[in-house]
Amino acid sequence: MSDEAEKMIRVKLPLHLRRLAGDEDASGYSGEVTVSVRGPVTQRSVVDALESRFPSLTGAVRDRGDGRRRSLVRFYACGEDLSNDDPDDPLPGSVASGEDPFMIVGAIAGG
Amino acid sequence: MSSVRVLVGTRKGAFILTSDGARKEWDVSGPHFPGHEIWHVNGSPVNPDRLYASQHTEWFGQQVQRSDDGGQTWEAVSNEFEYASELGEHYWFDGTKRPWAFKRIWHVEPSLTQPETVYAGAEDAAIFRSDDGGKSWSELVGLRTHRSADEWAPGAAGMGVHTIIEDQANPGRMFAAISAAGVFRTDDAGESWEIKSKNLTSNFLPDPTAEVGHCIHKLAIHPEKPDVVYMQKHWDVMRSDDAGESWDKISGDLPTDFGMPIAVHSHEPETVYVVPLKSDSEHFPLDGKLIVYRSKVGGNEWEPMTAGLPQEDCYVNILRDAMAVDSLDECGVYFGTTGGQVYASADSGDNWEPIVRDLPAVMSVEVQTL
Repeated sequence: MSDEAEKMIRVKLPLHLRRLAGDEDASGYSGEVTVSVRGPVTQRSVVDALESRFPSLTGAVRDRGDGRRRSLVRFYACGEDLSNDDPDDPLPGSVASGEDPFMIVGAIAGG
Repeated sequence: MSSVRVLVGTRKGAFILTSDGARKEWDVSGPHFPGHEIWHVNGSPVNPDRLYASQHTEWFGQQVQRSDDGGQTWEAVSNEFEYASELGEHYWFDGTKRPWAFKRIWHVEPSLTQPETVYAGAEDAAIFRSDDGGKSWSELVGLRTHRSADEWAPGAAGMGVHTIIEDQANPGRMFAAISAAGVFRTDDAGESWEIKSKNLTSNFLPDPTAEVGHCIHKLAIHPEKPDVVYMQKHWDVMRSDDAGESWDKISGDLPTDFGMPIAVHSHEPETVYVVPLKSDSEHFPLDGKLIVYRSKVGGNEWEPMTAGLPQEDCYVNILRDAMAVDSLDECGVYFGTTGGQVYASADSGDNWEPIVRDLPAVMSVEVQTL
């Protein structure tokens, strides 16, 4: 599959982001959204695609000011914590192929 | 018959409480945005079905929600709050300097005259304005770049703009207050601002009468007498009779003059309400008795309003934006507590009843008279 082919990426969102996205299909606890990525499948390209499909999520995953992952948001895939990987590193092949979801997780914290 | 809509922001969502003019039976809607801190919900005086809510969590940051049907449905509008010029630095709690960084919106203030215009008070301190119903925001940069700004410092809750008041009788005039920088006034619609500190005294400051650093908790004015500005300061209840040019202490016979909110009766410009708390170290009512104090003479002489309010074992806080009045013939007064109660008085404060008792901690209360 060439880098420029459209790839459908599964993204799993926490409850609050699903509500903020206003996506009825993703309103259940097991819901996912699917976003289209052309080019390399990376944290940056996937979150860019997510924000493009759901503009209301802009600023909710990455800080509006500096573009960095918000500190209480983590990125996982294939059982690995990818949060501190370079945002331009390729995501695992099984995420790029749609076999596994890219998981955006809210930290367990607070009251 | 007129009705009222009470807009309540809590630590875990927004609630909308509605009643007819009798204000006896209430319908409770919510939680809207469950799980999110709702710092403020406010409605447009021009179009009462237009509401704005400031939604925030540490996890997912700032959102602004807008409703065009009185809070039945909502849509997220822009959360792009970009400071419009080079970031200056302000003091941090430890005495070092830090650059301005956007954290959240404390307060949303729809314009009194323009249906699509709304102001947003931010932490770190700035005011943003939207003229398209929140779809885009631009900073009123003259406030953040005031000559005193590099001396500003946060109060315990942060360094935010919590009060934005338009003076409808003097177009272009607005008051703003920042914890803990001071009170500011513009006469040119936010282009330029002057700090108004004359006669303010704060004993926690190295120089108690310094121009900068007074921890203003809330301001209130009456639209028919806009040169009279009431202030609940950290300690001290104050009053200005000249639109902030100078201040006089009106704490008078209050048992303690620490508190957070202050409100003015909708029909009587000299009737003012405060909810004193024990001290700046103990943010709860004195002796466990929740008492609203009312002055009918513009301050100094205060009467305790206790009927219907808990008079033992009450240790809640009442936050700065959590008190409001309606404009029905018999003025209604409302306030919310960190214990989740929203109390209402349908008779100018003489008697109180809880509308709800068990909400999450209440951060803000606004009232629309429909």
